[in-house]
Amino acid sequence: MAVVFQKPKSLTDAVLHYCPGCTHGIVHRLVAEAIDELGIEGRTIGVAPVGCSVMAYDYFGCDMIEAAHGRAPAVATGVKRSMPDNVVFTYQGDGDLASIGLCETVSTACRGENITIIFINNAIYGMTGGQMAPTSLIGQVTQTSPYGRDAATQGMPIRVCELLSTLEAPVYLERVAVNSVPHVRQAKKAVLKAFKNQVEGKGFSLIEVLSTCPTNWGLTPEKACQFVEEKMIPFYPLGVFKDRA
Amino acid sequence: MAEKVLMKGNEAIAEAAIRCGCRHYFGYPITPQTEIAAYMSKRMPKIGGTFLQAESEIAAINMVYGAASTGRRTMTSSSSPGISLKAEGLSYLAGADLPALIVNIQRGGPGLGGIQPSQSDYFFMTRGPGHGDFHIIVLAPATVQEMADMTRLAFELGEKYRMPAMLLADGTMGQMMEPVVLPEESVDPESIPATKPWATTGTGMKRAHNIVNSLYLKPDELEKTNIERFERYAQLEKEECRWEEYLMDDAEICVVSVGITARVSKNAIVAARKEGIKVGMIRPITLYPFPKAPLAKAAEKVKSFLTVELNMGQMNEDVKLAINCSKKVSMCNRVGGMIPSSDEVLEAIRKEAK
Repeated sequence: MAVVFQKPKSLTDAVLHYCPGCTHGIVHRLVAEAIDELGIEGRTIGVAPVGCSVMAYDYFGCDMIEAAHGRAPAVATGVKRSMPDNVVFTYQGDGDLASIGLCETVSTACRGENITIIFINNAIYGMTGGQMAPTSLIGQVTQTSPYGRDAATQGMPIRVCELLSTLEAPVYLERVAVNSVPHVRQAKKAVLKAFKNQVEGKGFSLIEVLSTCPTNWGLTPEKACQFVEEKMIPFYPLGVFKDRA
Repeated sequence: MAEKVLMKGNEAIAEAAIRCGCRHYFGYPITPQTEIAAYMSKRMPKIGGTFLQAESEIAAINMVYGAASTGRRTMTSSSSPGISLKAEGLSYLAGADLPALIVNIQRGGPGLGGIQPSQSDYFFMTRGPGHGDFHIIVLAPATVQEMADMTRLAFELGEKYRMPAMLLADGTMGQMMEPVVLPEESVDPESIPATKPWATTGTGMKRAHNIVNSLYLKPDELEKTNIERFERYAQLEKEECRWEEYLMDDAEICVVSVGITARVSKNAIVAARKEGIKVGMIRPITLYPFPKAPLAKAAEKVKSFLTVELNMGQMNEDVKLAINCSKKVSMCNRVGGMIPSSDEVLEAIRKEAK
């Protein structure tokens, strides 16, 4: 029988622990496909965050490092400076990258480290059970914004691509989504380009992926995809924010 | 032949680290250790190494974590308030069993404190320099020569026992200039990662992936890693305790002191001996593991102990524990950046002799 579809080679056989309808699985696949297509698995080193994707180190077949919460870009910097010919990526959620690790994120981007960051924005803290994230939308009900996020007391959501686009050094910043097939196709292109930039020595690339969290949003997987389309994309517009590649 | 040069303690650490094969330094400016960063910023670019001024102490120690994961000899340095920020990273380094060198040139605290010398991070460094059950190797140099020598020792012990190692010195040690014979350049930095099969250097598609990690969600597994780590610590304590004894053969009073206060104490001991007071000194060189055995042995014959410290009485407790409170343990201390004069220490010794 002919094989018409298979798991990327750079994903391990470990069973993903993600909830039904969560889009982490799609993004893991896109990262693995990029690694496979560029033929770089043997020289890639990934850095996992603290958050739902904390166990990404079990899922990617390349060498992996588990970082402290928010520190993945600093850890990746240490790796890249030690092994400049290797490919180094971080995979981080919104709490990790845009809240506790914002300083590391901005500084690493500002230095233009030749690394690739995959940033999952699902507007919530998933692993700890659905608390308000720096990217939670105004009015969004979470465990720690039970009356809906209020701009007056809880501030406005942070737009990471827009923020980083003010810096000189980053080479490539794009926001994509994985809530529909066309969006997944565009996300795949963006992720591949972010890795290719690094392989070609071009510099810092970050791909923000609007992702879903049906469990903590209290929505079905289908409704969660609609939420991305109707609520998230209007506030977090998709597109390229910087491309010096 | 290694050359003898006149150097600041901080610079001696930096040059010694380079000669021991360290090519990756990550740091953040803070007095009184900044000479280390300044020295590295001059030297590293010329030898193909990395000097990176990080955005914070937290970032610096995490960059060290990354470089250590790839098996490189790597280091960071700071002073007390900065070490508080590095505590998270120290815990992760220990949890992932990564060797790295951390230098703490202590200043007075708590809080912003001052910039003058102190030994007040003693508890912090020897008891638990971060969350969780772990230790780091803590070495306490008392000369610029020892700062250079212990830089090598810290790298070697850290790698042997797979744990972070610290040079813990008071600000005086970092700032003072003394003649020092620097170590020979004998380590090829490129050869080091190959000795670490656990390092994340890329699989090369030739082996299963390596994972550097401190997360164990199954409690029985986490318990096992903790117990295994403490077995290594026990081995470390058995094999690697270091100390210096000075005029202890006939001593009735045993001074216990490290760093600059050990040097001041030596002068006071010489003066006290002239007065006929039988006093000697045990100078712990490893603070973790603490040299309990020589102190316990000394307790069998001396009348009392006198710790001389730049804190409110921290090593004093370790001496009491080492001798099981079998003898009186007095203290001569100054804090906040003040250093006792040899006359002050002599007076404390005279009191003990009464």
